[in-house]
Amino acid sequence: MTGGIVANETANTFPKLLERNAHIRGKRVAIREKDFGIWQSWNWSEVAKEVRSLACGLQVIGVNRGDKVMVCGDNRPDLYWSLTAVQALGGVPVPVYQDSVADEMQYIYEHAEATFAIVENQEQVDKVLGIKDKIPSLKGIVYTDTRGLRHYNHPSLYDFAVVQEEGRKYDAANPNFYKEKISSGAGEDICIMLYTSGTTGRPKGVMLSFDNMIITSANCSELEGLSDQDDILAYLPMAWIGDNIFSFAQSYVSGYCVNCPESSETVLEDLREVGPSYFFAPPRIFENILTTAMIRIEDSAAIKRKMFHFFMNVAKRVGLDVLDSKPVSLGDRLLYWLGDILVYAPLKNVLGLSKIQLAYTGGVAIGPDIFIFYRSLGINLKQIYASTEAAVFITIQRDGEVRPETSGKPALGVELKIAEDGEVMFRSPGVFQAYFKNAEATHSTKTDDGWVHTGDAGFIDGDDDLRIIDRSNDVGKINNGAMFAPNFIENKLKFFPHIREAVTFGDGRDNVAAFINIDQESVANWAERRNLAFSGYTDLAGQDLVYDLIQECVESVNKDLAGDENLKSSQIKRFLILHKELDADDGELTRTRKVRRSVVVERYGELIEALYSGKTSCEVEAEVTFEDGRKDNIRANLKIREAIINGGTQAIAADTAYGGK
Amino acid sequence: MSQERRIGDVILKVDNVSLAFGGVKALTNITFDVCEGEVRSIIGPNGAGKSSMLNCINGFYKPTEGIITFKGESHSQMETHQAASQGIARTFQNIALFKGMTTLDNVMTGRNLKMRKNFLWQSLYYGPAMREELEHREAAERVIDFLEIESIRKTVVGRLPYGLQKRVELARALAAEPDMLLLDEPMAGMNYEEKEDMCRYILDVNDEFGTTIVLIEHDMSVVMDISDRVVVLDYGQKIADGDPDEVRANQRVIDAYLGVQHD
Repeated sequence: MTGGIVANETANTFPKLLERNAHIRGKRVAIREKDFGIWQSWNWSEVAKEVRSLACGLQVIGVNRGDKVMVCGDNRPDLYWSLTAVQALGGVPVPVYQDSVADEMQYIYEHAEATFAIVENQEQVDKVLGIKDKIPSLKGIVYTDTRGLRHYNHPSLYDFAVVQEEGRKYDAANPNFYKEKISSGAGEDICIMLYTSGTTGRPKGVMLSFDNMIITSANCSELEGLSDQDDILAYLPMAWIGDNIFSFAQSYVSGYCVNCPESSETVLEDLREVGPSYFFAPPRIFENILTTAMIRIEDSAAIKRKMFHFFMNVAKRVGLDVLDSKPVSLGDRLLYWLGDILVYAPLKNVLGLSKIQLAYTGGVAIGPDIFIFYRSLGINLKQIYASTEAAVFITIQRDGEVRPETSGKPALGVELKIAEDGEVMFRSPGVFQAYFKNAEATHSTKTDDGWVHTGDAGFIDGDDDLRIIDRSNDVGKINNGAMFAPNFIENKLKFFPHIREAVTFGDGRDNVAAFINIDQESVANWAERRNLAFSGYTDLAGQDLVYDLIQECVESVNKDLAGDENLKSSQIKRFLILHKELDADDGELTRTRKVRRSVVVERYGELIEALYSGKTSCEVEAEVTFEDGRKDNIRANLKIREAIINGGTQAIAADTAYGGK
Repeated sequence: MSQERRIGDVILKVDNVSLAFGGVKALTNITFDVCEGEVRSIIGPNGAGKSSMLNCINGFYKPTEGIITFKGESHSQMETHQAASQGIARTFQNIALFKGMTTLDNVMTGRNLKMRKNFLWQSLYYGPAMREELEHREAAERVIDFLEIESIRKTVVGRLPYGLQKRVELARALAAEPDMLLLDEPMAGMNYEEKEDMCRYILDVNDEFGTTIVLIEHDMSVVMDISDRVVVLDYGQKIADGDPDEVRANQRVIDAYLGVQHD
């Protein structure tokens, strides 16, 4: 063990931590929500009262110890309070992705043996009522937003406010009830169950204990020096482990304030208003923010554009050294200082990143250029390697030792090893207890002495930093014997702002081929500037000029791959642009937006065959699922293009620079 | 927790109304009523006189004959601002927003009739006028929240897509806290999803605030789904009136929409 914190008896569950926070920092703001255009806030003592009345109310409607209570909706204070209230009663909250379609939801409700559901609004109530008959264990549904629900007279529906009101009455009559309940909670109790997105097969319910969550959170707060002065924006799905750690567990442990955006569409604006000091975003979001900023820079006046590019080059040259406190010449320091006044600070302010002390990204690899862009602006963006089974943190990049290609060193309390076949394994206080009702999977993932198989291939480099190569299940072989690491190639493709998603094939084939999804915003803007007319996504994706554009990207990746002896066989020979976006509602992506390869292979088998035949186009029909579950067909004739493959080993850096295109 | 939707007494009565532009008879002896809390639709083929009917109700056109009674007060001639202050708000077939203003400012104009402080107070701003503005801002924010247009609160309306502009227009009408809302083709030119959303909002408005809704719409499936009663006009004449099922089965309506075979 490399140190770490052990939770003590009085603060080993979240309800106890809440009492502690109400006691030691009762007047500090615990959570904010933007509502009716104004940031409304609750301090720790108010949150403690809200949770207490809710817990008592849930007791009244029949929530018992061990009950699984589903929680579903956007990031809202009352849903976060629900987590603690359920935990106070000894129940296990199970957050569910709010955009799940009925099938997925039914599977999770059935599997978890849900007894109650606390949901946000009419949409979610409708979904649960729709599957209620098939879930005999389900006894009640609590909703927080009454709108549109006035005429629902289902006996098992409860208004959140009414439940709390009943709770207050119960609490007045039984003043010792709540205290006794929370003091009976223990660190080893299961505190939350999260369903993993599952790139392969059905989702699995990961059970984590209070100790897992609290010790892991405390270790990270200790390492990074988080305190109750910090602010975070809670905008990622509650059903994802990351949000649970960043917006819930760490806030309870460190006492910092969680800010809930007004709606999912206003996140970027709310980010600007809040100006968080601690921030997590998957690479996708950093890419989006950058793409939007670049589009606006390209549309701005020439003088601003020139100034931007000039100072961004300065930042690229010296920004990283300034951030890592390495020696920089006086002239460069002055230039950087000037750039900060003229470009970096205003830009960070517009992006809402002015106050960032610590920003993390993880989940999938981030493009080095994007990563360096943010760091060179003076934003302390670091990569982590994370997993639900570890309660997030496995490795964290250390301040001053940040390199784009690594995932950093083990977090406090984490042990890391590489198995003989190259698989990354870890052991930590955050290691999950078990998969719910799936002893077989638990057994194959977690060894008897507590080591967890991550399923990712990687190695530890000369600086003791972990580097991830690919998911080991996905790594295959091309027919000439060369290794084929699809994620690696796909990430290279996705670093181009015009490419949103890519799926590559090559295992057991003679060469590599790819499906490309264009990024609608970026490509549409590009098309507009060229006066290229298009009617919609499918039309845009099929245009010859767009194919030319994507071909440039593919060929530039090929050049890059050709420079590496191991990867030169992985150059992409043929590619096509898909006529629709891969979508989680169609099962092609997980809810955390990772590609489900098997589904894609099954659904687009014809297209894959066409890529490996001599055809130059292929007719395709694909089913799309709307959010309400209706289905429709999209038909298109897709062109197939051949890209230039480089023979030699010339090392030509891919032109992935921002602004370069 | 539940009560049935309450449909009350007659709130608007249109009695024998005719409207002529010179020799063109836009409406001929139209009689129908609207009850408090209901969703009432006016349908008919192009040029049937639907918009004219709506314009008569809110005082934009003055009927040549006949009487319109709103909340017990009868008028043959009424000005638009009188209609507005009596609690009638409307949206337009061709969006009539202030394109250069933000969504919030547009919604705030819906509160205009409720502002009591005069021009001088308002130019002073600090003091009573500010307090008043804050109250109205709160009301506007409630509407913005209700229609889920928070993300475009500060966006200039002219830059918004058509479907959203329609929603902003509905927001402005709602900000006036009307008793009766006149919607002129709220779903024209929308795609399926936008239509679905708009239906939801109309029903929610009716449900949450008990607002009476008079609706003109082309899309028959929408009308039949959300209306309590339907009036059918053709060439300025009323040819049917009743609940959606009756209207659907009415031979004259079928003829008007599908045409009649001529021997």
